[in-house]
Amino acid sequence: MPRTALVVDDSVTIRQMVSYTLKQAGFAVVEAVDGQDGLERLEGVRLNGAHVDLIVTDLNMPRLDGIGFIRQLRGRPASKFTPVLMLTTESQESKRQEGRAAGATAWIVKPFHPDRLLQVVGKVLP
Amino acid sequence: MTQLAALAADSSATALTSQFLTFLLGAEQYGVEILKVQEIRGYSAVTPIPNTPPFIKGVINLRGTVVPVVDLRAKFAMEATEYNKFTVIIVVTLGHKVTGLVVDAVSDVLDVPAAEMRAAPDLGTRADTRFISGMATIGDRMTVLLDIDRLLAEDETAALESLN
Amino acid sequence: MELDLTRFRETFFQEVTEHLETMESALLSFRDGKADGETLNAIFRCAHSIKAGAATFGFEATTRFTHVLESLLDRMRGNQIAPSGQLVELLLRSVDVLRALVDAAARDEEAPPVWEGVLEELDRARVAGEPKQPKPAPEEEAAPPQNPAPAPPTAAAYTIGFEPAPELFRLGLDPFLVLRDLAGLGSLTPEADLSRLPALASLDPATCYLGWRLNLETTAPMEQIRDAFAFVEDVATVSISPVKAGAAAPAVEASPKPGVRATTRETIRVATEKVDGLIDLVGELVIAHSMAAAVMNNFTADRLPQLQAAMGDLERHTRELQERAMRIRMTPVGTIFSRFPRLVHDISQTLGKQISLEIGGEETELDKGMVERMVDPLTHLVRNAVDHGIETPEERRQAGKTEQGTLRLTAYHQGGNVIVEVTDDGRGLATARIRSKAIERGLISADENLTEEQIHALIFRPGFSTADTVSDVSGRGIGMDVVKKSVEALNGTVTLQTAAGRGSTIRIKLPLTLAILDGLLLKVGEQTYVMPLISIVESIRPRQEQIRGVAGRGDVIVVRKEPLQLLRLGRIFHIPQNGEPACGLAVIVEHEGRQLALLVDELLGQQQVVVKSLETNFRKVDGITGATILGDGSAALILDIAGIVAMSHAA
Repeated sequence: MPRTALVVDDSVTIRQMVSYTLKQAGFAVVEAVDGQDGLERLEGVRLNGAHVDLIVTDLNMPRLDGIGFIRQLRGRPASKFTPVLMLTTESQESKRQEGRAAGATAWIVKPFHPDRLLQVVGKVLP
Repeated sequence: MTQLAALAADSSATALTSQFLTFLLGAEQYGVEILKVQEIRGYSAVTPIPNTPPFIKGVINLRGTVVPVVDLRAKFAMEATEYNKFTVIIVVTLGHKVTGLVVDAVSDVLDVPAAEMRAAPDLGTRADTRFISGMATIGDRMTVLLDIDRLLAEDETAALESLN
Repeated sequence: MELDLTRFRETFFQEVTEHLETMESALLSFRDGKADGETLNAIFRCAHSIKAGAATFGFEATTRFTHVLESLLDRMRGNQIAPSGQLVELLLRSVDVLRALVDAAARDEEAPPVWEGVLEELDRARVAGEPKQPKPAPEEEAAPPQNPAPAPPTAAAYTIGFEPAPELFRLGLDPFLVLRDLAGLGSLTPEADLSRLPALASLDPATCYLGWRLNLETTAPMEQIRDAFAFVEDVATVSISPVKAGAAAPAVEASPKPGVRATTRETIRVATEKVDGLIDLVGELVIAHSMAAAVMNNFTADRLPQLQAAMGDLERHTRELQERAMRIRMTPVGTIFSRFPRLVHDISQTLGKQISLEIGGEETELDKGMVERMVDPLTHLVRNAVDHGIETPEERRQAGKTEQGTLRLTAYHQGGNVIVEVTDDGRGLATARIRSKAIERGLISADENLTEEQIHALIFRPGFSTADTVSDVSGRGIGMDVVKKSVEALNGTVTLQTAAGRGSTIRIKLPLTLAILDGLLLKVGEQTYVMPLISIVESIRPRQEQIRGVAGRGDVIVVRKEPLQLLRLGRIFHIPQNGEPACGLAVIVEHEGRQLALLVDELLGQQQVVVKSLETNFRKVDGITGATILGDGSAALILDIAGIVAMSHAA
């Protein structure tokens, strides 16, 4: 049974890259374009009787941004303990702290090499 | 690889042997490199193209693609003949372009060992020597091997010139 | 693992194009006073997105540029810097620079040098805002104070204390993964600290009560040991004490690989609904086919009506499938319209004119290939209107017009065509002036009697220009004759309507798609040809008295008192034709503003045909614009009116 990842980013390029990388590593990937979409997708997975093993999210998104998204995730039973990776940039130190406070598990600084993504994923998933 | 080429490849071929598809124009036998041949079709109605030289018969529908057809008899200044059930169109591919050649009948696929190939002297055959890449005598039959790239490339310039 | 990033380059470039457009129209909305709080956010997000992608692919110049741009925009949306008019102009220029940078990156070329100058300007603007020093970001692997004496990597022993905070689980972290990573470095002996574990009844499964004391023997450097704690450091107490001095090897940071140059492939973005609809239709077609096959299987003459019905179904579904498939390639014409507000803004500023650009019908869809080939002609027409069409505010005032001129770009569907109109309320063109210029240029003779339409059509002839000076703005690039050629290459037509002092309208009529043509099947002698419906006005059966010979000019046919040139297709194509005009049919077509008649032998009916290229395997043929496959499997040639007219002159 492959593990499932939810990838949330309003940038098509980043989203596709992350999805592709995770698929190569054997994940089934669900994509979302912003926080709101992410929450809906999560609900969809849950209603199907499945669950998400990993969430990768950008911080800057319209509608519901990364911080708010992570906060909401931690408030829902299905995603309370799910590893959440933040995609952040070096200049956003305060954002990262905010993300951590909201409940993010780990972070990756953009730009990142796909290998790095997998390395971090390896740290937070068995 | 086309069916014909595959068959030809099966027959024992040494590195110095080329394979040709041979065909008849009147009583003379000609050959074209098998690797250039895409397929062979029975003759069907050709749609003429206006203001083209007589050896451009027109175009046909090849599975949805429009392909020009060259009348080799006309190209070699032979008289026109009646088409019958043996008349075929040999479809050749040159680079990206596909062209059909109308011939009287198809003979065989021949292995021509390099040793048998002769350069083309001034032959007295109807084919212009520019298009001839060589000659071979197989059995008792003399076969003129055509340089199909040159033959069809020539068409372009000749066609354009004849229009001016 | 080597991952090939090149496949994502194309997506990135497409995305950048969209982002730049968003940025541009958002910036223009500042100029129009329509910006709101969200506008700056949107612009910031675009810059941010472009930067992230550029950095991933190693586009250095672009990354540097967007980095500063992003910082500036961040300050602006944080209300630390106000969006002054000057700043907006600078940002607009930055969008241009960014476009050029990405283009250069796409072609693996050097960026145009101008970008550094603009970068400096952006930086100055950024610093002019509140100088807030960004804190240096901590590295992902925080390096502890190193032992100054490096020693050769030998197995060393460490005592490690690891006490996670109670809320560890709520961050999605799992302390066992840390232990796992440590164990992977060497030989690990853990000892759990259960001192904080409460009684079972009061145990909260979401809280972490455990701690560990570990002994690790490893040859790995300190960096790697610390790395195991990368994401738990801030929510745990960690102590690593080497029993012996460890080696200090810097962790190798994975750096993004620059994208390898890939051959670009043309792609289309298609709405998923379109694809789904197509798939559904294919399903229906399969069903319709099997129903027809079922009737065929045990066919008896009395089942003929059923067969006809089944064939009718098949035909319907096939036609719909064809339409839907075509629409896959359709994109809204708005994608090219979107560049014009900026263009008009820039040129009118340069020329000191006030021009309002109105755009309508941007959602009108056109085949993608055609949309792309319309960019240059439309750009020329818009430039022309701004440069030559619309007058300066002073001139307009004197002419009793409003100082601000209006340029309208509209697109709409009509019949089976797409109409694109460029209308301005400027000075227009005086018919008499066109006529005299044309005589001057030798395009017509002084005694030629032409209708107003025909005179207007003269501006599309090569070598014609009514501008007294070729201005810098529209002088370069292409002329009206090239516009016409481009439109005709798309099987379309272009006409001009103009009134002196009031303005002009250029009207472009295009078929919905290049690949499919509405045609009229006709016969000349034994051969069937297809004539594009778009050029046809009408067809009549001529009476003998309508046909006159004009000495030295060939035949004419008089239709409603107008003499039209009569061309015998057979003669032009050197093929046998029935000969007697009264036995044939005259198809009246329109070309370059005038009408003429083509004599054919028979009309076989209208049909939509799929256009096949003649040039793919053969070459361009005068008078022919391609071929098609008819229902009987034979090939038929498609006529090119412009070519035929040219051939008739040469004959």
